[in-house]
Amino acid sequence: MESYSLLLAATLNAGTVLAIAALGLLINEKAGIVNLGAEGMMLCAAIAGFAAVVHTGSDWLGFAAGMGAGALLAAIFGLLVIWLNTNQYATGLALSLFGAGFSAFAGITYVQQVLPERRAFSVPLLADIPLVGPALFRQHPMVYVTIALVAWLIWFLYRSRAGLVLRSVGQSPESAHALGYPVRRIRLAAVVAGGALCGLAGAYISIIYTPLWVEGMVAGKGWIALALTTFATWRPARVLLGAYLFGGVTMLQFHFQGIGVEVPSQFLTMLPYLATIVVLALISRNPAWIRINMPASLGKPFYPGS
Amino acid sequence: MTDLKKRSMFKLAALSALAATALVGCGKKEEPPPPAPAPAPVAAPAPKPEPLKIAFAYIGPVGDGGWTFAHDNGRKAMEKELGDKVATSFVENVPESADAERVIRDMVGQGNKLVFGTTFGYMEPMLKVAADHKDVKFEHATGYKTAENLRTYDSRTYEGAYMAGVIAGAMTKTNTLGVVGSVPIPEVIRNINSFTLGAQSVNPKIKTKVVWVNKWFDPPKESEAATSLINGGADVLMQNTDSPAVLKTAQDKGKRAFGWDSDMTAYGPKAHLGSAVINWGPYYIKATKDALEGNWTTGQAWWGVKEGAIDFVSVAEDVPADIKKKVEDVKAGLKDGSFSIWKGPIADNTGKQVLAKDAVADDKFLGGINWYVKGVEGKVPGGEKK
Repeated sequence: MESYSLLLAATLNAGTVLAIAALGLLINEKAGIVNLGAEGMMLCAAIAGFAAVVHTGSDWLGFAAGMGAGALLAAIFGLLVIWLNTNQYATGLALSLFGAGFSAFAGITYVQQVLPERRAFSVPLLADIPLVGPALFRQHPMVYVTIALVAWLIWFLYRSRAGLVLRSVGQSPESAHALGYPVRRIRLAAVVAGGALCGLAGAYISIIYTPLWVEGMVAGKGWIALALTTFATWRPARVLLGAYLFGGVTMLQFHFQGIGVEVPSQFLTMLPYLATIVVLALISRNPAWIRINMPASLGKPFYPGS
Repeated sequence: MTDLKKRSMFKLAALSALAATALVGCGKKEEPPPPAPAPAPVAAPAPKPEPLKIAFAYIGPVGDGGWTFAHDNGRKAMEKELGDKVATSFVENVPESADAERVIRDMVGQGNKLVFGTTFGYMEPMLKVAADHKDVKFEHATGYKTAENLRTYDSRTYEGAYMAGVIAGAMTKTNTLGVVGSVPIPEVIRNINSFTLGAQSVNPKIKTKVVWVNKWFDPPKESEAATSLINGGADVLMQNTDSPAVLKTAQDKGKRAFGWDSDMTAYGPKAHLGSAVINWGPYYIKATKDALEGNWTTGQAWWGVKEGAIDFVSVAEDVPADIKKKVEDVKAGLKDGSFSIWKGPIADNTGKQVLAKDAVADDKFLGGINWYVKGVEGKVPGGEKK
């Protein structure tokens, strides 16, 4: 029983990284911008966050540095695609490759650095409940922040006026423009917010999840987050569900291997991808759902006045 | 640490060239592209006339703290030993693709007479280039194909794994060891088995759990795999992956682990029990001397503790003295040939005897291991059908 409780704990932790990045990309895409640079932003944020913790000793400053790095790269990306109307996909890919190279370069002196010891976090009282406590209430605060973020994002996107404007910019920038909304600035704000969240995810990886710096350490999580956003049909709660599912199946396959289940590990390695696609495809199988939720102008440039 | 800093300074030029290539290739929109430098080898200084020009192609960055780092240390050791008789250069991050052939041809074009390729995937590219340049000698790490001017070299990493096992067997409290495996090939399976045999030599009760990540380098995944093993009761971990993530995870969870390929003490000083390291220096010195003295002939080298290619270093303070001594004994025995790790009787984990009493495994046997020894749980993925 206890091993399952620990399995659940590891699942929440694994899902959190993906969820934060995917929520950031969701905000981007709701405003009509696809940013394929997630992986690059996460890598740059990972080294920025790691470096900040090495120099200041504070995890929270590390997260802030990571968010800053992500936001900065996203802002450059935003200026290029929103004002200069460069192709979003090509620019995003460029950002991704640039981020990988640049983070490796910037990180040379941080290889083999070690972060200060940190004490494990736990929620008072609740953490002592048998089984449930270790599973749910001994997580890093970021795990709870992520859940709160999802709740806030649902409220923001579907209940607030600002969210409505954001979505309208993604649906029909021309209409939003005609109504007098500053489409480009709103898109830029969304891109920067998305970049900051990708940055937070990157910093979480290098500071908490795998607390060290090695080149290329994000290892594809940015791409998974991008895919997750689409498979979750741009719904925040489903993004979270998909992220936990992916994390859960990843941990479960290791668990199976550890207890000696006779399934080839190569198959198990494939399982998280397969399970996430199947489950999200099933719950999103209604084409109307996709039509309603997919931002109609996703990936298309907007020329004001045309 | 200071060595690392020096290394970093030394490397700055190489990496800026790299970053610049990344920029030229794909970052046109971010910044104005600097003049395109081809990833030319970084020439190390050697002003004396007519030194032997030697080039190294590395799969990763020398800052990986593991595999490539170890090769570069070997290169430096060779340079130190042979001084102005040689001029070495290297190219890092050479992918195992068509790029490798281009880089290796480039090295030959620049007048290198001895070329080292340090990863399995350079096998075909090196064969091709070797066929076109009979006057150049090629050395390929971990491969199995040779040519008249191409030979292979490898290290017996399983000897380091065995010594790690001896310590693991003594230090475990739960009698459960965990291994994060990279890719299920004979080399890695042999390491897992040797680790287990080492542990059993001091503690027959142990069992080894194995989790495969099917990658050589994916720190978050290595970390997840380590967490899973710890959740399953393992309290001493070993890995055959390239990053220090397993050691770091063990440290954060209050468990113990080892360094692999290079000394990884710095990554998790509290968790670190010792590092199984590869020391490529002696081979690089020998190979270069062969070329310098005209004794170079093709062949296949597989070096271990005996030749000074494998070592076990930085054993933790709290390892009991008798175990430390045992590790030293193993090392001495391997060195003078009085001790063999793979000596029967050895049974696989289905109980079948694979090596009869007092039989010593030959290299062919070691090269074909695709089963677990007794004490390892589970089954090799895609391994022998029983």
